[in-house]
Amino acid sequence: MNDFIDNLPLFFQSIWETIYIVVISLVASGVLGLALGVGLTVTRPGHLVARRAVHVSLNVIVNIVRPVPFIIFAAAIGPLTMLAVHTTIGNTAVIFALSLAATFAVARIVEQNLLTVDPGVIEAARAMGASPWNIILRVLIPEGLGPLVLGYTFLFVGIVDMSAQAALIGGGGLGTFAIVYGYQRFNWPVVYFSVAAIIVIVQAGQFFGNWLARRALRR
Amino acid sequence: MSALVRLQNVSKTYPASGLHGPVTAVDDVSLEVNAGDIFGIIGYSGAGKSTLVRLINALERPTSGRVFVGDAELTALGERQLRDERKRIGMIFQQFNLFRSRTVAGNVAYPLAVAGMPRAERDTRVAQLLDFVGLLEKAHNHPEQLSGGQKQRVGIARALATNPRLLLADEATSALDPDTTADVLALLKRVNEQLGVTIVVITHEMEAIRSIANRVAVMDSGRILEQGDVYDVFSSPTTDAASRFVRTVLRDRPTPQTLERLRRVHTGRIVSVKLTEERGFQGRLGRIFAEAGVEWEIIFGGISELRDRSVGSLTYEITGADAAVARALERLQAERIEAVEEA
Repeated sequence: MNDFIDNLPLFFQSIWETIYIVVISLVASGVLGLALGVGLTVTRPGHLVARRAVHVSLNVIVNIVRPVPFIIFAAAIGPLTMLAVHTTIGNTAVIFALSLAATFAVARIVEQNLLTVDPGVIEAARAMGASPWNIILRVLIPEGLGPLVLGYTFLFVGIVDMSAQAALIGGGGLGTFAIVYGYQRFNWPVVYFSVAAIIVIVQAGQFFGNWLARRALRR
Repeated sequence: MSALVRLQNVSKTYPASGLHGPVTAVDDVSLEVNAGDIFGIIGYSGAGKSTLVRLINALERPTSGRVFVGDAELTALGERQLRDERKRIGMIFQQFNLFRSRTVAGNVAYPLAVAGMPRAERDTRVAQLLDFVGLLEKAHNHPEQLSGGQKQRVGIARALATNPRLLLADEATSALDPDTTADVLALLKRVNEQLGVTIVVITHEMEAIRSIANRVAVMDSGRILEQGDVYDVFSSPTTDAASRFVRTVLRDRPTPQTLERLRRVHTGRIVSVKLTEERGFQGRLGRIFAEAGVEWEIIFGGISELRDRSVGSLTYEITGADAAVARALERLQAERIEAVEEA
């Protein structure tokens, strides 16, 4: 236990780092994934701006990237990470790789949720002379918002999961703390406190997400 | 009277997909809707009515033919120009298609925002519209808190927001119960009469046509079988499909089953005579029968009111010597009384 108490400042710093990595990645991938997901949705045959070629291309890209395990993906995009943030290690590199990887997962969830929006409502907006952009921003996304928020909440857990692998590319956070200071030094309390902290973070995120979704759905 | 909507030889064929071959939903349709009309298009589901109505606001582009609304040829316009035309055409739907993410007022305000009306003016206009459809007190409710009839009223208010001269109603009352249907139809009639909006009503319910339309087109398998004044089409349908629809609201002629039952009791010749509003018509009939020397009895009939006129027919059993009956039938024909012997 004393071994853990010695590491207490690092523990708190790790919690902060995890939250920092997760929140920035969630926001970045949330925005990028929303754009990509909207693109996937509206270019479908029969949808708002049906463009078969665009839809198929986006679909192929998402399908190629999504099954790649995060840590391999992070390694694979090393040159791109270097180009973008001028380093391939540390929290910044982790955030870049994580945001990009999560973008594709977000895109799929956004697509699935937006496809449940009643086509009749979109048709009504078209019949009023609204432009595709207006319909996307003022009708499609607001109508799908409740399920979207739940989808994002689901993804939040996934991003926490991926963020724990940051240790392998020199990032910080609870994953690194648990492995480097706990597992590799047989310091089990460090591992278990990390687990507890992760559970609290996930629960808090889940709770907040559910609350937001309830507000969006007014239930 | 000028035509507000003109369709010239319009066809719409959907390309083959999967197991289906190409489907022709609308097949060489020409029709004109005059300004001020309530124009009914009636047909069974799958007749192509929903596609047809979507050709009028260019939600669907025809495979061939030309579509005019007012002075604009929609089939010659690009998507951007079409959007401006659509702002002047309202549309309501069977499932209402209200935005669940918006309040009643928010639903009505959306087309105003799309049309670029400043925010400050929108509120006034929204209140005015909700007042017109009788839902001002529901302005801040959400659609799921409304009944079906109320939802359609919101749909109507939303469709009228930008002062369109044309309103398309796609099975607008088909999801409603009979009482609510009557309310919504009365509202549409008010929209037509008070606001001068031309309305195209797509429906499979003859009652909706009977109660509000002045002109009607009967559609089957993508084609218009007949079209004209509602009174004319109702009182003398020329196609089978049209008479089937007419009979759903006008049970003036015996059906084959009824006829079978009547024959068990009545052994004479059975003749249905179309009624006219001519005074003394029954007396004239009575004299014809008396002079021919036949006995007669009314055994079936139906009379309805349609656009402030009576329409219907009466079915007579005529008995007597064969020669006398033949004489009676000849006289009916000679006097230009529309009579058919029921087979």
